[in-house]
Amino acid sequence: MEVRLNKKTKSVLSAVCIALFLIFVYFGDIMISPGSSWKMLITVIEKGSIYALVAASMNLLNGFTGLFSLGQAGFMLIGAYTYAIFTIPADSHDKVYQYFDGGLIKWSIVEILEGKMGVLGHYLGMFIPMIGAGLLVAVIAFLIGIPVLRLKSDYLAIATLGFAEILRAFFQWNTLGPVTNGSNVLRKYTTYNNAVFPVLVSGICIAIIVLLINSTYGRAFRSIRDDEIAAEAMGINLFRHKQTSFIISSFFAGISGALLAMFQTTINATPFNTVMTYEILLIVVIGGIGSITGSIIGAFLFTAASEWWLRGLDAGRWLGISASFMRPGFRKVVFAVLIMLIVLFYSRGIMGDREFSWDGFLTWCRNLPANIKAWPEKHKAKSAARKEARAAKAAAKAKAKQAKADSEARKASGEALFTPLPVADHVVVFDKEGK
Amino acid sequence: MKKFIALTLSLLLVLTFCAGCGGGGGSSSGGDVIKIGVFEPASGDNGAGGKQETLGIQYANKMQPTVTIGDKEYNVELAIVDNESDNSKAVTAAQNLVSQNVSIVLGSYGSGVSIAAADVFADANVPAIGVTCTNPQVTADCEQYFRICFLDPFQGTVLANYAYENGMRKAYCLSKLGDDYSVGLVNYFVEAFKNLGGEVVEEQFPDKNSDFTSYVANAKKAGCDVFFSPVSTEAAALIIDQAEAQSLGMPILAGDTWDSNVITSAAKGKNVEIVVTTFYQEGGNPDFDEGIKAWFEEDADAMTNNGGNTDLAAVTAMGYDAYFVALEALKAAGSTDPADVLGALPSLEVSGLVCGDVSFNETGDANKTEAFVKKCNTETGAWEFLKKQSAE
Amino acid sequence: MGLIQTWLPYILAGIAVGGQYALIAIGYTMVYGILRLINFAHGDVFMWSGLIMVYLITVLPLWLSIILVIIFAVVLGTTIEKVAYRPLRSAPRMSIMISAIGVSYLLQNFALYITGGLTKTYPAIGWLQKTVRIGSATTKMVTIITPVLTIVLVVLLVMLIKHTKIGMAMRAVSRDFETSSLMGIDINRVITVTFVIGCALAAIGSILYFSNYTGINPMSGAMPGLKAFVAAVFGGIGSVPGAVVGAFVIGICENLIKGAGWTTFSDAFTFVLLIVILMVKPTGLFGEKDIDKV
Repeated sequence: MEVRLNKKTKSVLSAVCIALFLIFVYFGDIMISPGSSWKMLITVIEKGSIYALVAASMNLLNGFTGLFSLGQAGFMLIGAYTYAIFTIPADSHDKVYQYFDGGLIKWSIVEILEGKMGVLGHYLGMFIPMIGAGLLVAVIAFLIGIPVLRLKSDYLAIATLGFAEILRAFFQWNTLGPVTNGSNVLRKYTTYNNAVFPVLVSGICIAIIVLLINSTYGRAFRSIRDDEIAAEAMGINLFRHKQTSFIISSFFAGISGALLAMFQTTINATPFNTVMTYEILLIVVIGGIGSITGSIIGAFLFTAASEWWLRGLDAGRWLGISASFMRPGFRKVVFAVLIMLIVLFYSRGIMGDREFSWDGFLTWCRNLPANIKAWPEKHKAKSAARKEARAAKAAAKAKAKQAKADSEARKASGEALFTPLPVADHVVVFDKEGK
Repeated sequence: MKKFIALTLSLLLVLTFCAGCGGGGGSSSGGDVIKIGVFEPASGDNGAGGKQETLGIQYANKMQPTVTIGDKEYNVELAIVDNESDNSKAVTAAQNLVSQNVSIVLGSYGSGVSIAAADVFADANVPAIGVTCTNPQVTADCEQYFRICFLDPFQGTVLANYAYENGMRKAYCLSKLGDDYSVGLVNYFVEAFKNLGGEVVEEQFPDKNSDFTSYVANAKKAGCDVFFSPVSTEAAALIIDQAEAQSLGMPILAGDTWDSNVITSAAKGKNVEIVVTTFYQEGGNPDFDEGIKAWFEEDADAMTNNGGNTDLAAVTAMGYDAYFVALEALKAAGSTDPADVLGALPSLEVSGLVCGDVSFNETGDANKTEAFVKKCNTETGAWEFLKKQSAE
Repeated sequence: MGLIQTWLPYILAGIAVGGQYALIAIGYTMVYGILRLINFAHGDVFMWSGLIMVYLITVLPLWLSIILVIIFAVVLGTTIEKVAYRPLRSAPRMSIMISAIGVSYLLQNFALYITGGLTKTYPAIGWLQKTVRIGSATTKMVTIITPVLTIVLVVLLVMLIKHTKIGMAMRAVSRDFETSSLMGIDINRVITVTFVIGCALAAIGSILYFSNYTGINPMSGAMPGLKAFVAAVFGGIGSVPGAVVGAFVIGICENLIKGAGWTTFSDAFTFVLLIVILMVKPTGLFGEKDIDKV
């Protein structure tokens, strides 16, 4: 039973859903009182959407181009700092850069444009440094990419990880203090005032990523992932495409860094460490490597679970269960175990490499009752098949053991030297030559 | 198998979702319970200190579990979250507290996380009382943030005065990259010390560093008279160890964080000289000292969180005080509404605390003019009171 | 003479920490040589052996604790291999690396839970922590023991690889995984032995490292682990003597940089070195040409 909708219906459905969601977030942020536990939902949506963007950008690189890069936290760091530095209001500079005589840059783009264009200028003043942050990160990624992208898989991973660490030290360097405020936090910069802002910006950026993936570039990226040699033979310039993917991914990581800066209201280089990159990577894995939808779902699940749902595990009371082993840190253990289970037994993640589509979703919904009904049967068949496989394996093992025993016996009787050796005996020959 | 796991996972997530919503809703409807938020690190660099501060709050809660507001008696419930000593986690942790409908928040140990969380408290208009976060930026631009301890400009000056008065002319200052507390305090120390005519060498160590050999060697090479390193207790233990191994040969000077049993147990039996400035002098209030030590003896968890012995840290005493300041604020407000509590705080004056009386100035900082100077007795592993030192 | 006197403490510290990195780096280089996998969890195995020591020493005598710590590290390492790496052996390389990162995340968080986020103080092993004087410098005994012990262990290991049956099998597997399995070498056994050796050395390294820097927290394995990996790359991945030389170079350079006043960049330097070596000589100092990395 498959459902097929025409294109127009699908567009209308999507538009309605997106609009409803945005309205929900907008009014949710205004109406829900801070003391309500539902306020956490809004916080999770804010942070989740930011992580969704960076996860999607990492997925573009890792999942679609097959470049295993671990530099995402470093790129976010540059983005966050760039945004923050240029939007600190002029009269706050003395307070923020208190150890550096008010810093080097004494103006804020937001204020300048607001003075000239009012509210429009205010938002323009937020977008310009945000895009600027992305562009700066893209330029840096271009420079880093020249040497690094020639490396293969794990070497690329470790080199990008290294670059992220170097960047972190660089931004905390006291000599750059007048710009980066050294080790001290940057704060007081302009932030958004409604949760709908990061959701909207992330949404637009993710839409661009999706468009890119569906373009000829996206197809080229995937062909590189699947087989580099074949892709090259088909006339795809490997290095240039890898570079494009790396730069675009970094651009969006930079934007998400700027958004994260706004979300946190203060920014400091220390948290942008390898652990942050690992967490983003795990989001991508949970969602499914090669699925943007998966990255989005993964980001929201990850944020909600770690910041909200599982917090009770630390406090000793969760789901009505209270136990003394639930003390600080237990949340993270449970979380890490869940992730390991996903990695080992469910390595395709939630979405595998599929994307969300209305057809697929509705078909899935319609077939759900039937699937649930059929599940016991299917399960029975599967377990029978497993049993069979196990039996076959045991039989094979027994046979191999028998063969080995036979050969041992033959060897003991001195026959071995004169009869052709069965495969299992090669080890013995190898040994003799070794000595 | 895969299907099974997938199903269990999704079931777990759905359940947790219900827990997240249901749990919150249930507790906020409770009648005569008032919640005080505890915003402290229980892990990360400042985990040890944060736990000790939380202990003080918990002990105070144990001693005084109810508060009478207006005519009604409320049970005080502590809502504790772990901010992981991490600025990026601090925001959501603070949001979590706010969404539990707390009337007032206490904490945090470590200034960086407090600065990061200040905006969350400001947005929700929930008052917060900093217990031992000494960086001026915590309260500077946040009307909701108050604090009951002294500030770094004061502490830095006190330390510089002490060093200069004791004939030290060249100081080696070590702070941690990306740590607002140590970088800030070193800055104020350097400023004050230079004004007095001293000379300084400044260095910073990166995150996760555990090799302090070269820093100790650098201090020796530069021919300094004093080693000033107001860093987290984790790094402190390693520094003391290296100082002993390389015979540093100069006193180590530090701020309030070092007034902890982590330091005394690290320094015990070692040939090092450690001097710190702090909020509280052990023995200043015998009742409190004995009471909390008896509690540590009773409660194995509390003992573990205190680092395995009953030695008292100044932050524990400060946590104890903070709790009572919060109760006084609630009484003065006559309401459990955070906004009312906030209104009552500026004019609040609390006496009878273990670390001295508390009243707030216009930025919300406590009016404190003196710090205690203590020295570590490396034979007994206990602190010895040296003097009270003021900024002048 | 004056110059040597000034720099001696740094060089001594560098040699000591270099030796400790070397013991960790061997685990990386051997595992990479055979499985082509950066075992991100190796640094955490190292951290855990330190942590276990803290707990064991409270109830057991020192010699027994040391033996048990080594056994623990070996069991942990081989279990990780069996549970997290073996099922994914035929999966894409990225999956197995993600699994390694996941294991590392799990080990760190579990340590966080057990320790409650507090830094544990490593037990004092009397004579290792004794203060000794060398020329102008004073240092701990462990500083002198480390390089000696490291070199002895490495010589033994090289002999094992060169002259025993299992060593030969290891070399064969690292040269060509599939062919050697066709030749009847029990791949699983070789891999297990590799993990056993790597983890045992990491456990010994942890005793030396934490005797010198006595604080252990859940993150203390991460940085030494990364640095040891860089050392392995520097020396040429797959080559044991290379890893050792690389580790000493990194240890000494790091301390000299701190001594020169560039303390902010002491960690960053390691990564600069990594990137430079990957650009200039990707096979490392002693690496073999045919390894597929560029």
